[in-house]
Amino acid sequence: MSAAVTNAVAGAAVQTVSRVHYLLRLADPSLILAQQLGAWIGHAPAIEEDLGLANTALDLLGQARLLLEYAGELEGRGRDADALAFLRDPSEYLNVTLAEQPNGDFGDTIVRQFLIDAWQCELYERLCGSTDARLAAIAAKAVKEARYHLRYSSGWVVRLGDGTAESHARMQAALARLWPYTQELCAADELDRAMCAEGFGADLDALRDAWSRRVDAVLREATLARPADAPYPWQGKQGRHGEHLGHLLAEMQYLQRAFPGATW
Amino acid sequence: MTTTNDWPLYEIFIRARGGLEHKHVGSVHAADARMAIEHARDVYTRRQEGVSIWVARSADIVASDPAEADALFEPARDKIYRHPTFYDIPKEVETL
Repeated sequence: MSAAVTNAVAGAAVQTVSRVHYLLRLADPSLILAQQLGAWIGHAPAIEEDLGLANTALDLLGQARLLLEYAGELEGRGRDADALAFLRDPSEYLNVTLAEQPNGDFGDTIVRQFLIDAWQCELYERLCGSTDARLAAIAAKAVKEARYHLRYSSGWVVRLGDGTAESHARMQAALARLWPYTQELCAADELDRAMCAEGFGADLDALRDAWSRRVDAVLREATLARPADAPYPWQGKQGRHGEHLGHLLAEMQYLQRAFPGATW
Repeated sequence: MTTTNDWPLYEIFIRARGGLEHKHVGSVHAADARMAIEHARDVYTRRQEGVSIWVARSADIVASDPAEADALFEPARDKIYRHPTFYDIPKEVETL
């Protein structure tokens, strides 16, 4: 092979790896949140909320499955969505760190969900215009789900934020705890920029303002103060996670790890 | 589950598809109408049962008194001529 051909082949391989990683970044927050919301079933404040959270969890699981299937096919190593979900170690998970923060109380869960819903709405809206037809189709389906998720979580942020003194204080505290992790949502790194440049991914820098506007409008209505931005040390989307993800995956992956290939 | 006791009951009506009427399907507890719509969506339309939802406070629905059932409904029983069953249907009419 000539040097030019070798370089072209190597370039294509790099592009494929980048796209696979990018798809994992999209899939993993949904997968992790689906698992977290599932833990609320039987524990939500009312049976109707049980169903609401479960519906959102199933939407997110569906998004993760479509994205993981695509990632597995692109990768070409025979890993399907199940293999990617149940047999990857924490360091191979590329979800933003916010998604793996523990459920806490109902307010913590709602604030986490709200911040990510607003982000996914903006993200999927932009990915509808991806030059990759398959990713655009997945985004077109997911954006409708994300809009409902945002309606649901925004409603609760306003109710509890503008509720009693107790609920307001808890929501403000949850917001303060989780806010530092939001920095990672719209901070583009080299991979994000490369994917945006080739038209595959979304422009995270442009997304930041739109996300802020959505979040600010709801926080205002909820009488909650937006915490100040601060530098952040978290790099979940590069596979560097905190302590929570390992515990979460241990539970989620237990069956496939203990009984490889088990089906039901 | 104590919260549920504080929330009023809403009656839920779902339109299965465009052109059909809204039908009563059940009830949910919710803090207000917006939440009732969301709960109805999550409880009653998750298997594609509907394209439109109405909610109404159960307390706002005025019902007939079962004790008055005889007075209200018995008089209609012996007036079968009110049913359009006394017409001869032409053979050509297949679906009536």
